[in-house]
Amino acid sequence: MQAARDAGQLVILLDEILEVEFSFRDTTVPAAAIAAMEPRLQDYVITWIKRVASTNIELAYQYACHVERALGLMDVETVESWALSAMDAYDREGLRPARQIILGLDEFVRLTREQADGCLLSNQQGILLGFLNGLAGRRLRIQESTQAYTDSETLFLPSLLARLATPERNFQLYKVTIAMLWAQTRFGTLRTLLEAGFLDAEDSGRRLALFHSLDTLRLEAIIARELPGLHRELVTIKQDLGEDRLPAPWDALRWSVSAEGCTAWDVVERVRSLSNDTEPLPVFAHQGILDLPAVAACVAARVSREKTLFKVRMEQLKDELGVQEHWSRDREPRLTKRLHEASELPEGAGVDILIDGKPLPLPDDMQDLVSSILMDLGDIPDEYLEPAGPGDYDPKFFQDSSSETEDVWSGVYHEKGALLYQEWDFRRQHYRKNWCAAREQSVEPVDNGFVVRTLEKYQGLVKQLRKTFEALRDENRRLKRQPQGDDVDLDALVEALADTRDGREMSERLFTRQHRTERNIAVMFMVDMSGSTKGWINDAERESLVLLCEALETLGDRYAIFGFSSITRKRCEIYHIKRFEEAYTDDVKGRISGIQPKDYTRMGFAIRHLSRMLSELDARTRILITLSDGKPDDYDEYRGSYGIEDTRRALIEARREGIHPYCITIDQQARDYLPHLYGPAAYTVIDEVRLLPLKVSDIYRRLTT
Amino acid sequence: MHPDIPQLDNYLVKAEPFYQAIGDEITIFEASYQKGLPVLLKGPTGCGKTRFMEYMAWRLRRPLITVSCHDDLTASDLVGRYLVKGGETTWIDGPLAQAVRGGGICYLDEVVEARKDTMVVIHPLADDRRVLPIEKLGTLIQADEGFGLAVSYNPGYQSVLKDLKQSTRQRFVALEFGYPSPELETAIVIKESGLEPAIAELLVRFAGMTRNLKGSGLEEGASTRLLVHAAKLIVSGVAPVSACRSAIAQALTDDAEMLASINELSSSLF
Repeated sequence: MQAARDAGQLVILLDEILEVEFSFRDTTVPAAAIAAMEPRLQDYVITWIKRVASTNIELAYQYACHVERALGLMDVETVESWALSAMDAYDREGLRPARQIILGLDEFVRLTREQADGCLLSNQQGILLGFLNGLAGRRLRIQESTQAYTDSETLFLPSLLARLATPERNFQLYKVTIAMLWAQTRFGTLRTLLEAGFLDAEDSGRRLALFHSLDTLRLEAIIARELPGLHRELVTIKQDLGEDRLPAPWDALRWSVSAEGCTAWDVVERVRSLSNDTEPLPVFAHQGILDLPAVAACVAARVSREKTLFKVRMEQLKDELGVQEHWSRDREPRLTKRLHEASELPEGAGVDILIDGKPLPLPDDMQDLVSSILMDLGDIPDEYLEPAGPGDYDPKFFQDSSSETEDVWSGVYHEKGALLYQEWDFRRQHYRKNWCAAREQSVEPVDNGFVVRTLEKYQGLVKQLRKTFEALRDENRRLKRQPQGDDVDLDALVEALADTRDGREMSERLFTRQHRTERNIAVMFMVDMSGSTKGWINDAERESLVLLCEALETLGDRYAIFGFSSITRKRCEIYHIKRFEEAYTDDVKGRISGIQPKDYTRMGFAIRHLSRMLSELDARTRILITLSDGKPDDYDEYRGSYGIEDTRRALIEARREGIHPYCITIDQQARDYLPHLYGPAAYTVIDEVRLLPLKVSDIYRRLTT
Repeated sequence: MHPDIPQLDNYLVKAEPFYQAIGDEITIFEASYQKGLPVLLKGPTGCGKTRFMEYMAWRLRRPLITVSCHDDLTASDLVGRYLVKGGETTWIDGPLAQAVRGGGICYLDEVVEARKDTMVVIHPLADDRRVLPIEKLGTLIQADEGFGLAVSYNPGYQSVLKDLKQSTRQRFVALEFGYPSPELETAIVIKESGLEPAIAELLVRFAGMTRNLKGSGLEEGASTRLLVHAAKLIVSGVAPVSACRSAIAQALTDDAEMLASINELSSSLF
């Protein structure tokens, strides 16, 4: 093991890493602190100073100055996450906030402690959302916010809860809070508040607080009936936080709202009858706040949206039924409604829709819609059942407004509408989060006769390819001499009988069986569209694709083709040429003809994007084939080892997803780096560009048999 | 009796199976059977399709031959095939041919799983001809009066491949099976497992929660069959939360996050 470095050696080392020559930085203090450490710890600290220095020198200097104290306060892992979060902050917002994190060491320690005992919403959101969806009623969403409340469609929850001692207990607090907010939407709290006019009343502040206190007690009683297990949890939490004892008048009030069948309207009545000196209860930890304006806005928007949706869907249903029932065109069927008992619903009754007096079976989405309307209005108003006029249809209610990729680009330089991908920084030995902004665009189809020319040029080859690939197609065939099967194999039987006459043992393989196989292969071609492909490489690429498509169409494998190019991490582009589900149409041919050299070769994001697409596909074998002409390279720092290491990392991620990456390149230097990226056997270097079209199909054939 | 006609007594359902009617399915099935119409049972897994068939077979006193279809099931698996015995080939009737000759009810469970060519065999049986052609023998068997055909199918599968062709589905009288109403389902769980009513009610409420999750992480909610499994575990002394975890949650999904959500739901109830 290496001996400990002394302070003098460390000063020289740090001066070099931190480039102090032209700055005012003084390394003697950190060097002295590090000199006092054990040799192994010294190595560790110096490695990390180098890693941070790869992001920013000043940050690394601050890190060096504070790392000794940090190691005294936190364990090694937390010190690492301290440095990483500073580097993430640097990536996101620049030096100042990053430096703040390093300098604000004590704040970081406090937050970490809190996070260690607390429960982070982002870690548990999936589970909590599943829990919330399982509770009946309208589909609700979960979103981070500073306080807990709901607008009747989204539950807003604080990003961290740390009021209880352990993460598990704090998770339970989230659960109880969610159940409480859910109960507000489900058991009439919000609807009643709006109808009772709390929004406009002058003294609403105090009355609202009183209502909230009392209604919370009512909802707790409902939770006790509906979710007994959760209520036990609620009781323990209240005990832990000292919230279990109520001041005198409230104990009696609690009983008055706990009976089954007590509604939010009863609570409103009680609040009216309360004397003026009754003080609201202190807010419980699980109670959240009531944000009435938010609720009012959300409900208003939803009611009008759902009214339209209901009418339009009803018309569609009528049309569907009309075809079956042969209604005459001139007479519209009449819609009516009927209430029916439903003990499982909080309203105590559900609504059936009748069409000419006969119950209309509603599809699932309609049933959800009806129950959502019932939650808002308590009924299906009669006007909902009147036929929809022509003006009622407004398509904006049915689709999300998403901005076009191109719109985002016209003159704007930010990350709106882009997919963000992480990138591996080998110096930091860690990912840079949301680093690449990737966008998908289509190649503009060009009809210049390129495909026809190519097919003519390679006439002989195309014929040969078709033949070879046809032979590959593993079709159904009759297998002979099987131990089991549909039919007797006469040849085998005659032989077997002859054998028995001879005194030999009779074979058991006497049947024929229909054999059926399918090539369950999906292949993604990732085509380099960087500027360096300009000229004959681009021609060769396009020709290869044309021939490949011919071959694959014969074979019947599923395939997709995408191009990629980039100019800095903010403009990473994926060019759509052919999707898996798309047929090999003239449009696709036009897009292949239209492939043009663009900018640089950032490979990591393209591999990540395309392998994500590939892994969503249900196929036994998934292959990602890259056609390229050089090593990964981009206008910013994405070159040399950085680019190669990120590409390698992206390929490792793809392999972990069960994808087989393969690379076909014409870069003569590729033998130096491709084995490192793709492994020793998963690449081919083609010596002459003009051979590319001839080789690609052949390589594909070898790869998949 | 003709010696060729097989004896199907083994296939008779001896004791009355427990079946709780949800709607008018019993009347409809009986009427269809009397008129020689084939029946298509639709519905999610575990909601009582197979139990219904057993019950109807018992009620009509007909033998029930059930074939669980799989993706390698061929027409000869249903109709029959030649076997080689001691140097001679003999013809063996398949389950469908047995039912056709002997006047039993043939029930093809999860019929979409079978290979496409299998469907063609049942077509002439499923319309007014009621005949089964046996290509290899070159004969045509006219179905016995007592013969009935029923197939089941789960429309919940999203795959396009697992859909019935119109030419097939338009030969059947269709019965839709859904989850029973909470009261009915509670009664079924109590009857099948002997669980005490209060817990059975919570169990049914839990099933409702998992059904709410259909489409947002789960392919299907918990079926009545799973509830009965869980109830049986609880009756033999397993704690309700563990019973729900083993008999329901783990059976529904492998996704760790979804499992955690479902477990949180069950622990909220019990």
